[in-house]
Amino acid sequence: MPYISNTDRDRREMFDKIGVERFDELIRAIPAKFRIQDGLKLDKPLSEMEITNKIKNQTCSNLCAQSANSFLGAGVYDHFIPAAVDSIVSRPEFFTAYTPYQAEVSQGTLQFIYEYQTMICELTGMEIANASMYDGASAIAEAILMAVRKNKLEKALLPATLNPEFVKVIKAYTEGVGVELVTIPAKDGLTDLVALQQLLDDSVGSVVLQSPNFFGNIEDAAAISELVHTQSKCLLIACVDPISLAILNAPAESQADIVVGEGQALGNSMYMGGPLFGFFATKLDMSRQMPGRIVGGTLDKVGNRAYALTLQAREQHIRRTKATSNICSNQSLCTLAATVYMSLMGKEGLREVAMQSTQKAHYLAEELCKIAGVSLKYPDTPFFKEFVIKTPKPAREINEKMLPRAIYAGVEVGANELMLAVTEKKTKADIDAFVTAMKEVCHV
Amino acid sequence: MSKTIFEHSSAGRKGVTLPSREIDTPLDKIIPAKYHRARAARLPEVSELDVMRHYIKLSHLNHFIEKGLYPLGSCTMKYNPKIHESLVRHTCFANLHPYQHESTLQGALELLYELQEDLAEISGMAKVTLQPVAGAQGEFTGIKIIDAYHKAKGNTHKTKIIIPDSAHGTNPATCSLVGYDVVELKSNADGRCDIARLRELVDENTAGFMLTNPNTLGLFETQIAEIAEIIHSVDALIYMDGANLNALLGIVQPGKIGFDIMHYNLHKTFSTPHGGGGPGAGPVGVVEKLVPYLPVPMVSKDDDGYHLDYSHEATSIGKVHTFYGNFAILVRAYIYIKMLGAEGLRRVSENAIINANYLMAILKDYYHIQHQEYCMHEFVADGTKQKKENGVSTLDIAKRLLDKGFHAPTVYFPLIIPEALMIEPTETESLESLDAFAQAMIEIAQESAENPELMHEAPISTPVRRVDDVRAVKELDPIFKIGE
Repeated sequence: MPYISNTDRDRREMFDKIGVERFDELIRAIPAKFRIQDGLKLDKPLSEMEITNKIKNQTCSNLCAQSANSFLGAGVYDHFIPAAVDSIVSRPEFFTAYTPYQAEVSQGTLQFIYEYQTMICELTGMEIANASMYDGASAIAEAILMAVRKNKLEKALLPATLNPEFVKVIKAYTEGVGVELVTIPAKDGLTDLVALQQLLDDSVGSVVLQSPNFFGNIEDAAAISELVHTQSKCLLIACVDPISLAILNAPAESQADIVVGEGQALGNSMYMGGPLFGFFATKLDMSRQMPGRIVGGTLDKVGNRAYALTLQAREQHIRRTKATSNICSNQSLCTLAATVYMSLMGKEGLREVAMQSTQKAHYLAEELCKIAGVSLKYPDTPFFKEFVIKTPKPAREINEKMLPRAIYAGVEVGANELMLAVTEKKTKADIDAFVTAMKEVCHV
Repeated sequence: MSKTIFEHSSAGRKGVTLPSREIDTPLDKIIPAKYHRARAARLPEVSELDVMRHYIKLSHLNHFIEKGLYPLGSCTMKYNPKIHESLVRHTCFANLHPYQHESTLQGALELLYELQEDLAEISGMAKVTLQPVAGAQGEFTGIKIIDAYHKAKGNTHKTKIIIPDSAHGTNPATCSLVGYDVVELKSNADGRCDIARLRELVDENTAGFMLTNPNTLGLFETQIAEIAEIIHSVDALIYMDGANLNALLGIVQPGKIGFDIMHYNLHKTFSTPHGGGGPGAGPVGVVEKLVPYLPVPMVSKDDDGYHLDYSHEATSIGKVHTFYGNFAILVRAYIYIKMLGAEGLRRVSENAIINANYLMAILKDYYHIQHQEYCMHEFVADGTKQKKENGVSTLDIAKRLLDKGFHAPTVYFPLIIPEALMIEPTETESLESLDAFAQAMIEIAQESAENPELMHEAPISTPVRRVDDVRAVKELDPIFKIGE
């Protein structure tokens, strides 16, 4: 039997020690009428060779991933991942351990989380980060809930330019505790500052800002922050693309109070959108209101540097109904990938990733706009690595016609609108081939 | 202690070389200068070898399953098969994008569909969502479904959820998050739900009842039929926390004995790795009447193939994850179920139960065990004897185990057992490794009597000595001060 060492002979020896004759005596507490009578109806078991063949021949033959020239983004991005990332992440020392409850035999995990927290704070300019949330969406939701704990104001403003999938998750997380969500209208693909000003009053507890926003556009965070902070209690929650922070302003510089985001782009494969991980950072004065695990530096009993889980009195296993969040398991291994990735990329490498992504995205935008009927939806708005085009044919039709060419054109954000993402992995040849195909598809 | 990666940094060193720029438009021409970052983020400047040495050195400081027994109660630290890792990493899954055209995702959707079906069969539930990414998020999804059910029925008076005092902390924390008041049910002398007390607590305002089964004492809740009758009599729903499902595979289907909703911890029962704290996965199964409230999308199947199905969005609780859950974790659980099949899964639970009872039979002569009846997959011993007789605490016992090459059990939980040591050996441990753990526990009992000072000093042979977590709170140090 796979993965079980004990033989029937071992079982008999154990039964003797326990003092039973048969297994059924051990489960006599389960009333007979509750027991399964004729076994579970599952497929017959496969050996390692058989499951390998099934996955490779059946599952993978019905998938197209490796060879496609893809411009899909909208929250998950195909950035380059150096081989050393997987070499570290696939070590059982990291992936078969659990939450570092016993600090003395978990210093490896604790220290990398401490380093991860440091890197997130360095990118965002904040003072404290937690060990991770489930994804960018739940990180924003938890930030809104933290703002409510801090200022007791139960209204949050969400921009119309926020990722719509995030909005669904935020709604699920916040509606039960009575948070009122109000949408800030958009103008030219950006948060409408006039509308924001009108919506702001002393009942607003937090304002969410996503930049680059769902459409890839760079929001004027400083201007938004200035408006938000005219209300003394209101907190600004900035949701950012961590790659962009290598070249764009750190949210702390525009006085964000809480900074969150989707971290997948940092060294994690796309895997059809999961696992992802959310990063969560804020200022020290809000440390006791934070959700999730936090690692802190300390000493051991003989004065050596050591690390431990800290501020645990916030957490569910201690505070129960009054916990700052119900989160227990998080996305730790994904943050290990991010930590190793950021170490390998370093100061210059991450900047190069961001530069090449934005340069290539702008090159693609420029080339596409040379096609008759194709134009930028937000021509006067700065963007980072993702942008929306208007198309002369329905977006769905374009995507379907691209499929036989092994191209995933973009995410349909309107009937005649495609959103395209470009990372440093795209070569000029990939981009040119896509533009040529677009010419053909748009004008046959 | 190891230096941080930042202390290895040396200006100009690189761990990665990217291709030279094919497009080299100056940043000023692309993005207005006012958005440009003024000061570069001080990420480390290190070579690939620096990075490898640093993180491999850190890895050596961890306890992990392949190093030794990891009897963390209710966490099910079983062996994680390596074929899972190989097939997930080295096939077609890593590069899939969630917004690919459905026709290019058929293999993945088929896999997810089969996993939905297999998990439903294992639990006896009607339908399963794979979207929640952790046990606590599964609980959240389940309680949201309870909430949606009552709202749809106009049950606006339902404000409270009852939870036993032996429950995991995520249960009450989850109810608060969904907006319910929590009422605690005391356990009876047997360590199970106090039915008489439950009858008193349940009224028209009761929305639901959360029960871990087997409970955190490792005991099967035998009175589930009565509990179901009491809860259902006021149109409330019963949620099963599936943290301990490893005891029930092929033995009991929770959906057939009165439970309305449950979550599965795939990183426990279905052997996906715990990842140093995650990612896991927390799918949720429901009975037929709750299917309309499941998150969107579900994976459905018709003559055209497999689909991401949003057709019930109007009644659904919405979404709890940006996309479709932790896909790469779901693939691992799928492989596990396909390799074990019905007979293998039953064998898992049988051996988990036998292993736990075997350890309990040995340790009961050395440690106090409140509930000595046969346990399911785990049992709770405690350090009250050592505390009273030798002044040795459960924390001391846990730390001394680390010296002997084992991870500690879950300690001080459940809260209703003083000095608790919650022990879950799992089915993948052999007789010999159980004997070795039992021997270590026996030695510790002896050391507690003969040399309590040694116990207070423990651990001695670990990478660091006992860590001062009070200092970690009082002198909060959450980030390395780069350049200081």
